[in-house]
Amino acid sequence: MAGQDKRKFADQFIAALPHSKALGMGVDDLGENWVQLSMPYDPRFVGDPQTGVIHGGAISALMDTCSGAAVLIHPDCEGTATLDLRIDYMRAATPGQRLVARAECYHVTRSVAFVRAKAMDDDRDSPVASATGAFTFARAKGGAS
Amino acid sequence: MAKQPEPVHVVKERRDKALAALVSSVPYVGFLGIQFERRGDELTATLPYRDMLIGNPILPALHGGATAAFLEVAAIIELGWANLWGKIEGGEIDPSEIEVQNLPRLPKTIDFTVDYLRTGLPRDAYARARINRAGRRYASVHVEGWQDNRSRLFVQATGHFLMPESADGVE
Repeated sequence: MAGQDKRKFADQFIAALPHSKALGMGVDDLGENWVQLSMPYDPRFVGDPQTGVIHGGAISALMDTCSGAAVLIHPDCEGTATLDLRIDYMRAATPGQRLVARAECYHVTRSVAFVRAKAMDDDRDSPVASATGAFTFARAKGGAS
Repeated sequence: MAKQPEPVHVVKERRDKALAALVSSVPYVGFLGIQFERRGDELTATLPYRDMLIGNPILPALHGGATAAFLEVAAIIELGWANLWGKIEGGEIDPSEIEVQNLPRLPKTIDFTVDYLRTGLPRDAYARARINRAGRRYASVHVEGWQDNRSRLFVQATGHFLMPESADGVE
């Protein structure tokens, strides 16, 4: 994706997704087959009131959005939807820190895209969660199969 | 003389109070607007439709992330409720004294797999969780989500959870 297209995608992607917008997500960066999103810490997203740790569901939403974005930036992709998504929670996200997710679409067939993703807080060496997913892949007409 | 059963309103009030305390203790449940209905110990979760739950405005369809979060909340509250139920019915916890700080800790998600069967329509969604196994340390829970027809699931999920350590430290 050219620099200008990248910026355009980053600007428009979240704006078109009401739920991702409600969670304050933003596109940080993207490459040929990967996208990096992030989401602020917000007391409204807390899942464990005694520790202030973010709810797993909010991390799922971030991972799902990021994975879908990694599929959508494929040049032949006209649309996508999640078929399944598995998330492994390795540790609690540190309260107060921004969550960053990075997803890579590592393989596409004629109608399916495969994605893996991880979520991190400030400690980038120790991911908070990882995910693998399968997505529908609607090809643009005339696209190579 | 045989012990008289408790009046029904006393039983209901105790259970409803405990459930309300559990559900309201989690900020994210309030953020998504999820509600729980109780029949005996059985819970049904409702995700009332709101525009902020949309992921695809063109279809329109519910956001897969919002759907996943809804099912994960249903699973965790089901586990927390099963734990709390025993404690309030056994007289170990008095529901009128429940506060965030003295609620039993909620289980932690180890992994969660969501299977998207149909597009989530822009209307209310419902979910019911079934605890398939609850050991002292680990639990396995299956959750079903539906909208118009109970028999036509639009999403299902399976998750594993780490159970909180008991207060006395015995495992």
